[in-house]
Amino acid sequence: MTDLSSAPGATPAGVRKPHSLYEVDALTKRRNATEFRFRLYGIIAIAISLSVLALMLFTIFSDGISAFRQASLSFPVTLTEEKLDPAGNRNREEMAKVTTIGYSNLLKENFAAYVNSQGFEVEGLTDAMIGDMLSRDAAAQVRNQVLADPELIGTTIDVTVLANGRIDGYLKGRVNREEALRDKNVTPEQLDLTDKLVDQGILTVAFNWGFMTRPDASDQRPESAGLGVAILGSAYMMMIVLVLTLPIGVAASIYLEEFAPKNWFTDLIEVNISNLAAVPSIVFGILGLAVFINFAGLPQSSSLVGGLVLTLVCLPTIIIATRASIRAVPPSIRDAALGVGASKMQTVFHHVLPLAMPGILTGTILALATALGETAPLLLIGMVAFVGTHPSAPIQGFFEPATALPVQVYGWASRSDPAFLERSSGAVIVLLFFLLIMNAIAIILRRRFERRW
Amino acid sequence: MSMSMVYLVIAVLAVVGFLLCRARALASAGGEARNLHSLPNYYGWHAVVMTVLPSLLVLIVWLIAQPIYIERQLENYFPPGALEDDSQRTLIMGDVRRVAAGIETAVSRGAMTSDEADALSPEDVRARLAAARIPLGSEVSGQVLDAAQDYRQIVIWGAFGRAALAILVSALGLLYAVSVSNKDFRARNRVEQVTLGVLIVASMIAILTTLGIVLSLVTEAGRFFTMYPFTDFLFGLKWDPKFQGNSTFGLIPLLWGTLYISLVAMIVAIPLGLFTAIYLSEYASPRVRSVVKPAIEVIAGIPTVVFGLFALVTVGPFLRDFIAQPLGLGNSGASVMTAGIVIGILNVPFISSLADDIINAVPQAMRDGSYGLGATPSETIRQVVLPAALPGIVGAVLMAGSRAIGETMIVTMGAGAAATMSLNPFEAMTTITVKIVGQLTGDTAFDSPETLVAFALGITLFVITLALNIVALLIVRKYREQYE
Amino acid sequence: MVNKVNNMLDDARLKDRTMTGTDIKITARNVQVHYGTSHAIKDLNVDILNNTVTAFIGPSGCGKSTFLRCLNRMNDTIASCRVDGEIKLDSEDIYDKKVDPVQLRAKVGMVFQKPNPFPKSIYDNVAYGPRIHGLARSKADLDDIVEKALRRGAIWDEVKDRLQSPGTGLSGGQQQRLCIARAVATEPEVLLMDEPCSALDPIATAQVEELIDELKQNYSVVIVTHSMQQAARVSQKTAFFHLGNLVEYGETGQIFTNPKDPRTESYISGRIG
Ligand SMILES: Nc1ncnc2c1ncn2[C@@H]1O[C@H](COP(=O)(O)OP(=O)(O)OP(=O)(O)O)[C@@H](O)[C@H]1O
Ligand SMILES: [Mg+2]
Repeated sequence: MTDLSSAPGATPAGVRKPHSLYEVDALTKRRNATEFRFRLYGIIAIAISLSVLALMLFTIFSDGISAFRQASLSFPVTLTEEKLDPAGNRNREEMAKVTTIGYSNLLKENFAAYVNSQGFEVEGLTDAMIGDMLSRDAAAQVRNQVLADPELIGTTIDVTVLANGRIDGYLKGRVNREEALRDKNVTPEQLDLTDKLVDQGILTVAFNWGFMTRPDASDQRPESAGLGVAILGSAYMMMIVLVLTLPIGVAASIYLEEFAPKNWFTDLIEVNISNLAAVPSIVFGILGLAVFINFAGLPQSSSLVGGLVLTLVCLPTIIIATRASIRAVPPSIRDAALGVGASKMQTVFHHVLPLAMPGILTGTILALATALGETAPLLLIGMVAFVGTHPSAPIQGFFEPATALPVQVYGWASRSDPAFLERSSGAVIVLLFFLLIMNAIAIILRRRFERRW
Repeated sequence: MSMSMVYLVIAVLAVVGFLLCRARALASAGGEARNLHSLPNYYGWHAVVMTVLPSLLVLIVWLIAQPIYIERQLENYFPPGALEDDSQRTLIMGDVRRVAAGIETAVSRGAMTSDEADALSPEDVRARLAAARIPLGSEVSGQVLDAAQDYRQIVIWGAFGRAALAILVSALGLLYAVSVSNKDFRARNRVEQVTLGVLIVASMIAILTTLGIVLSLVTEAGRFFTMYPFTDFLFGLKWDPKFQGNSTFGLIPLLWGTLYISLVAMIVAIPLGLFTAIYLSEYASPRVRSVVKPAIEVIAGIPTVVFGLFALVTVGPFLRDFIAQPLGLGNSGASVMTAGIVIGILNVPFISSLADDIINAVPQAMRDGSYGLGATPSETIRQVVLPAALPGIVGAVLMAGSRAIGETMIVTMGAGAAATMSLNPFEAMTTITVKIVGQLTGDTAFDSPETLVAFALGITLFVITLALNIVALLIVRKYREQYE
Repeated sequence: MVNKVNNMLDDARLKDRTMTGTDIKITARNVQVHYGTSHAIKDLNVDILNNTVTAFIGPSGCGKSTFLRCLNRMNDTIASCRVDGEIKLDSEDIYDKKVDPVQLRAKVGMVFQKPNPFPKSIYDNVAYGPRIHGLARSKADLDDIVEKALRRGAIWDEVKDRLQSPGTGLSGGQQQRLCIARAVATEPEVLLMDEPCSALDPIATAQVEELIDELKQNYSVVIVTHSMQQAARVSQKTAFFHLGNLVEYGETGQIFTNPKDPRTESYISGRIG
């Protein structure tokens, strides 16, 4: 039955000579070299991924961190009556007829006069150049201030207004004299003056609260563009997503895990959920556009539509996470509750659900974090449009146009002025900050309530 | 009566019902909760369910039915032929709605009394509204104004009728709940049945979503194909939309760009992801693993728009300045390479964590067998573990491929918008997703083929990604069964 | 065949068993094994002879597998495992820094409790070892090695017509013989078997036992078993382990008929374990 005629040494292929374990033969050396290379590939792969990640975070932080500091100019302005209130009766309606152009000229004159009075020697500097160092936003700011308090007219007040984006850029090292020669928005003389103003404390760089509170600004005023509307919009959408996904997700998961009979219908639901989780998010945007905006007639660019779309985007993930944590509750607990005469429904709501809650919340927060960074579907429902005013408080505000943090990142990144790149990267920092917080909460929740049955 | 008032009334009724029914049930049991069929609160909840649910249903049905009714009603104002054409119809109805909304706003701002509003004539309506700072695009025809006035009336009466009906139904529900609340009523069973119903409805949202996606894609794409031949779309070699119409929409260049970029992404992601997974599961010490694995997963947690920005400002210019230009391969920052590499990196954690699971599912006995024969770890991995895990890994790669195909922000910011078909990976190309965004964020009218083509593109994308995922799921499931 | 099996099952031949090997293949001195803080093998000394079947017996958890895995350094793959002491193969310390475990395992092959064929064809399963160790110079060589190994594994006749079909498609007993053939194909000098028959039915067990008996002509075989009958049937030497200690080691006939240690006696008579 077996062939045992040949001893190992006698086999035709018995090429391995008996040798000491202490010496490594050539083949083994080669094999070990391969082994070493293979292991190295693993290290290289990890190194590449992590260093790209590090590079990405580094470039974005170094581009964006300066968005949190902003240059502004402080100088006295005499609010002359004949320019700002020609009628002289301090009537707001009539004063409102003076547009920002009027204020702009006044500010420029005052600033130029103030600078000249300080006696800076800068060759070739004209008053017009001095005036242009102010942000276009300054006039609107002072106008609002005056309209709010007409009694200011006739007095001289100290104002602090934003400096022009190029001046700001110069102080942050984004703009230099060579570029200034070619750039029609800034001249080298202005930069010379900038240095002197900084020495005098007239031009200061301070923390940029406006970046977090102001609305977006037009192409001409990168210095005043802020994330106020985007943060509000994102917050509104997160509220809507939370309020909708949590109950729906939990209800659906409870049904599928605890009550659903095994039949074609529940199978269909299961398959649906796992497939929806893999549908590209942009398709949900198309759905939102067709159903919520065109069919249901909800307002375009509103947080409501954004929230609804994001709800649909993250519902499958939340259901998957929730079901996993419901499943993790051991059957013994259900048996115990059923055993003391609780109904199935009571068992689920009184025992299973509370025990599964930490897991559900963790999953929900992580899904919300994904939703917060979701961009593509929001573009389709019109959130990329320019929104210059803050939406009002909920619930009214849900129906008003808003934008979202990641959409703002995209919007600013597609503008040509490099000053907006700083804003865009700054917006990423804010976005990542929120994501970090959400993930930290999820991790803490998980640690705190982690259970071993 | 505004909607929020209606909700408030219903809420108050519900609270009243809760307290009333609870008390009544207790009273019928002589104040002894033990004699009740269900716990006292269940009688309360039964009342809440009865007051709230039916009236909410009424409201929902009304909200859906009213626009349909209005549309029917308004048809009477126009000659039969005027509404034949679909786009014509949307235009006219839009006009009617705008005028009606304008008048309504004017009244609510106090710019005119509602009697004045009723008496508006086609000639002065535009001027009057303009005076109230409500601009209307075009002149208003008599038919449109009449329709708009009627529309206003229906809306006003509709709001009233809706509120009245909802509150009535709610009150009836309350009465019913009160009448049945006695000690023998099986309140708990009733409440639980309703709860189960709610749970079932919630779990059907997934199906509704899919249905919504499919229906909206199919109907809108269907409209597109009535304006543009199907075969020209599917096999067209040129993508050239024009504002003034007469556009060419050939899918092939977009498909080419999409697949080319996904290919580059996969070439980057597969080796990186696989080697990462292999290293982490077979070589790394638990300590290294506990640091590196979350670090890799951070990549997956970063929004894609951030990667898009990275592609736009760092990767694109780098590839252009250091590779494409020196080699004479073009001078565009946006390119297949830029987008492909960044998507590839984005997909690394996806592939590595799926592959990690799959590799870990290969039984240890298999590895022992190989080590016991004197194989090195790399031989074991390449010749035993990977072949055993292969189906699962193929599944993971397909899923990653579907993600790459559906990726939007990175290609929008890093691949360019030129619908070219070229082999040069340093040239800007475009993808299906980029064009969906492009066509739907433009200012063209919603009924033009320029906009509707996005739905045809959407269907293409949906079908491709869905097919990839289903195949992947089947493979992975099959593989899991093998070891369970 | 059936007759032969019956003969095998009849283990009354203990006394006239002759020792076929005499020279020492493996010596273990003062071996200690720790898993983290738990002490799995305590100060173990043993000599394993060439051309002999050595059986390790003892109650569950006493460290048989652990010690067996020390002999070809399979414990290296377990991070928490620490081996102290000295184990020599042909008077070379296998835990010496210079020793590559890969080379060691080529000399000391292993067969596991559960059959674990690779998800490859039968041919590739057997050819795996020879390939990685470069034992074949040509395809014909390899074919030859595979056939020889399958014959020695007593499974050639059953699989010779379907060498290209997957190894996982065989029955449990066939799979285990395939695994033995796979281990034999690398021409090891020692063959370690950890409960090779525990997943097999009596017929398959008999086949494997017969095989082991034949294998000892060329190899030193160490087998872990929970079946006293099996130990008695196939082995010439038996080692009894208890709580990490080697309690008694000697001729199989002596251990089973005349144990020196009371623990051995009570285990064999069924009182411990
Ligand atoms: N990988 C491991 N990590 C930690 N402890 C282990 C490990 N493997 C075995 N042990 C412990 O070492 C001791 C000896 O285990 P071993 O597997 O050698 O026993 P055994 O004699 O083979 O038992 P059995 O007959 O059940 O196979 C046991 O206490 C066991 O719990
Ligand atoms: Mg064991």
